[in-house]
Amino acid sequence: MCIAIPAEVKEIKEGNIGVVDYGELTQEVRLDLVDVKVGDFVLVHVGFAIQRLSREEGLETLEIFREVWKAMDESDERKVQVT
Amino acid sequence: MEPGKEIEKAIRTLTDRNLTFMHVCGTHESTIARSALRSVLPENLKIVMGPGCPVCITPQGEIDAALQLASDGVTIATYGDLLRVPGKDGSLESCGGDIKIVQGVHKAVEVAQKTKKEVVFVSVGFETTAPTVAATILTNPPDNFSILSSHRTIPPAMKWLLSQGEAKIDGFMLPGHVCTVMGYHEYEQFHVPQVVAGFEPDEILLGLLLLLQQIQEGVSRVDNAYPRAVTREGNVKAQELMWKVFSASDVAWRGFPVIPGSGLKIRKAFSQYDAVEKFGIEFKPDVKQGGCICDRVLRGISQPTDCKMFGKVCTPRTPVGPCMVSHEGACKIWHLYHSRT
Ligand code: SF4
Repeated sequence: MCIAIPAEVKEIKEGNIGVVDYGELTQEVRLDLVDVKVGDFVLVHVGFAIQRLSREEGLETLEIFREVWKAMDESDERKVQVT
Repeated sequence: MEPGKEIEKAIRTLTDRNLTFMHVCGTHESTIARSALRSVLPENLKIVMGPGCPVCITPQGEIDAALQLASDGVTIATYGDLLRVPGKDGSLESCGGDIKIVQGVHKAVEVAQKTKKEVVFVSVGFETTAPTVAATILTNPPDNFSILSSHRTIPPAMKWLLSQGEAKIDGFMLPGHVCTVMGYHEYEQFHVPQVVAGFEPDEILLGLLLLLQQIQEGVSRVDNAYPRAVTREGNVKAQELMWKVFSASDVAWRGFPVIPGSGLKIRKAFSQYDAVEKFGIEFKPDVKQGGCICDRVLRGISQPTDCKMFGKVCTPRTPVGPCMVSHEGACKIWHLYHSRT
């Protein structure tokens, strides 16, 4: 039930209603919980947008992984140097 | 190159002892089961599902209250996931009452607008869902509309699980969409490795890796592996609306005793929308279904296949316990994916 699906805001109507596009399907959703403008991406859950998605933070999983792994390698090297 | 394979390798390298990680989200369990993630993990790394299915942790007494309302002629609106959950005598699906399946609470209000009858929305869900209900109550629905709040919040349940130590948990994968709304600052109180994870197989693997990394470093913090949706503060507007309408209450969870501060009760100012006040509902204690070990599954100390009835007496068509009903229930998910392999 906590499933939430990303969608793009296409239109904002009166009464906190937005039309969003999931890719192949458009749907009206409630916008009561977010401040958004047309073109923003949101997560939709039980017919409500629950958060605006940040594009800047949209790092790919692989990139995060590489960063984590690199940081760990470095700390391992430090450990080796200390001992 | 597939990121998953690289992460898998890293996970193998880092798992150097017996470890158990718990997640508390049906959507995480679906991904894990669907992509058979457990089979690619090292044997000494165990992933268990905790109380992450809102329908499953709703005590039977609350289902029975909804059934009673239906038999008194009230129209019940709720999510499809709740229909087959067995109460003491039957389920909403079999009760013969006026039951409407809705996508969300706003659609239940539309049902109420079209009738003079009383309409009660049976409102389950964690912090992902509760703000949608709060926002709707703030739009002044008609007088014949009310909700039966079965909402629960995650951090108090985690606190309970950690304090009683029944399931030895070395790390938590936090529910990505609960944290989308609530942020993760509240989880920083727990002295255990934690990570907020997304819902793709690779994202879950990454989450596991971050937990292992914390264990290697001997630290406990909350890492965020789902930054596209989750910030430390979360959606403050949604939180404010939620707390405007609800206050924390002490409630039981199925399989758990009363957990302090883990429920959401409608505040006095909005009591006309509180079905408990409106209809004078009193919840009766649960009668345990003989043999069903849902309670142990929800506490992370048994897995569905430990149950003698799994896949035999108890199937999605003939569910004995709620964990076989909801799309987020561990038994239903395991039945769906394991029977295919
Ligand atoms: S398989 Fe059925 S009876 Fe067994 S624990 Fe799961 S829901 Fe309960």
